[in-house]
Amino acid sequence: MSRSKTSWIAAAVLALAVVPVVLPGYLTSLATLMLIYALLAMSVDILAGYAGRTPLCHGAIFGTATYVVMYYVTSAGGNPWLAMPLGVLAALGVATVFAALAVRTSGVYFLLLTLALGMIVWGVCQRWTSVTGGENGLRGTARPAALADPQVFYYFVLAVGLACSYVMWRFVRSPFGLSLKGIRESESRMRSLGYDTTRHLFVGFLFSGLMAGISGVLYASFNSFVSPSTVALAQSVKGLLMVIVGGVGTLFGGVVGAAVIIVLENVVSSFTERWSMVLGALFVLTMIFAPEGVVGKFRSFLARRRKP
Amino acid sequence: MATLQLLNSFTLAALLFLVASGFTLIFGLMRIVNLAHGAMYLMGGYVAYAAATASGSFLAGVAAAVVAVALLGLVTQALLRFVKGNELRQVLLTLGLALILNDAALVIWGGDTFSVPTPPPLRGAVQVFGVLYPRYRLFVLAVGIAVLVLLWLLMNRTRLGALIRAGVDDAETVEAMGINIRLVFVATFMLGMALAAVAGALGGAFLSLYPTADSEILVYSLAVVIIGGRGSLGGAAVGSLAVALLSTFGQVWFPELAYFVIFGPMALLLAFRPHGLFGRAT
Repeated sequence: MSRSKTSWIAAAVLALAVVPVVLPGYLTSLATLMLIYALLAMSVDILAGYAGRTPLCHGAIFGTATYVVMYYVTSAGGNPWLAMPLGVLAALGVATVFAALAVRTSGVYFLLLTLALGMIVWGVCQRWTSVTGGENGLRGTARPAALADPQVFYYFVLAVGLACSYVMWRFVRSPFGLSLKGIRESESRMRSLGYDTTRHLFVGFLFSGLMAGISGVLYASFNSFVSPSTVALAQSVKGLLMVIVGGVGTLFGGVVGAAVIIVLENVVSSFTERWSMVLGALFVLTMIFAPEGVVGKFRSFLARRRKP
Repeated sequence: MATLQLLNSFTLAALLFLVASGFTLIFGLMRIVNLAHGAMYLMGGYVAYAAATASGSFLAGVAAAVVAVALLGLVTQALLRFVKGNELRQVLLTLGLALILNDAALVIWGGDTFSVPTPPPLRGAVQVFGVLYPRYRLFVLAVGIAVLVLLWLLMNRTRLGALIRAGVDDAETVEAMGINIRLVFVATFMLGMALAAVAGALGGAFLSLYPTADSEILVYSLAVVIIGGRGSLGGAAVGSLAVALLSTFGQVWFPELAYFVIFGPMALLLAFRPHGLFGRAT
């Protein structure tokens, strides 16, 4: 890694570390939410950007972890610390089933299949009222008492987020990550080179699901509430849009994408209740004008302006 | 009891076929997965409800639904022109449209549940196979079968059908033979939209209309297409029947996990035939 890149990352981490000190409480909670979604966006990018399989089920994996934590703490009266690994395990379980079914497909079929699988989770959360509370969802504090202070919680999320980002960064640069990239470029060629592409995709999917599960667990601690809208398609769409905004296949672009979308959501929501419509419109416009990433588009636009 | 559930499955299958046949034809021919298809169904249903209650005529409601959804279909096609040739971008664009339409429906009609009023001759129940069964649901079944027959005739006995079938297999070659495949595309897309609108109007009377109905119909249609295979009418029919049977009996046996029940066979099928029962690899 070049020196300038290292200093950029150091500066970004430093900026994130001073957020709770300089910003008022409301903005700190917004920044916490942003970090949680950045983790989700990066997990989506591992599949969408590196393995070349665009998933629409990460909202469901994320939400399953949230549901399990909420159920274990509020309905079953369990220990909130113990709930965290349980939530991650549940997400991993869901990801295993999804991966087993989806890795043999690619392109639009992969998208459709993951969409259908994700929606089944949503349907179950909606109807299984005795456990999930149906439309009313589950409410209650799932955050361990030691993290009750919003500033402490922010640092906890930041630490988990940084650790996960590092692991993901190592993952995509590892030989395994490179072979995923190879599968993205040409699955048939990788297979003829002797790679078991199905198994590679399966493991990649699991890893991505694991990260989505961790962000879902953090979300449960953050939000103290879960309803079917947490696992709904709109959640997966939001995660994917963050990736596209930040740049597909850039990993850390997801952080930028998450920041943009979360801030936008908050600004828009303070004016109108039509966030869902705005999200849809953003999606349509992005697909038409900047499918390769809004940040990349903006950068090339600036470069063109500067040149003459 | 079992007879009643079987009849319920058949009528649900007829409705699913109406939605899924258009979905699968558009998918097969144009390679466009229209994720706004469920939203089109819901829009059709709401417009039919509004028009039917205003005019007092069920037929007027259906006609209004077809016109409104056809207009939405034109807008969709215009937007899709921007991302021509890129499957993934097309799918994601229709996904954005689905979110917009769903939210727009929420603005216009709110979160309440509506039912399209059925015409008086179709109200009440009749005795079939020893059970008292609603006349209207039998009517939906009849419409489903009629549409299946008509679509089969269209696909196998007309020039347009031959062009659509040829287009499903290889659109470029059809175009190279001097045929305006774009017109065929538009016709198929509009046919699919019309079917979704009619399904919305018919389904709006017995499944009722509510803000998340579009997602449910979309999942069912996806399951039908995943089971039946892309672009195959027979596949859509078999898939609809399978999904409807699973969903109806699932609701009786595992009321809270009915959604989960359509998942099992889908998983099995995918393990052995990733392209569906009647689908072909490309």
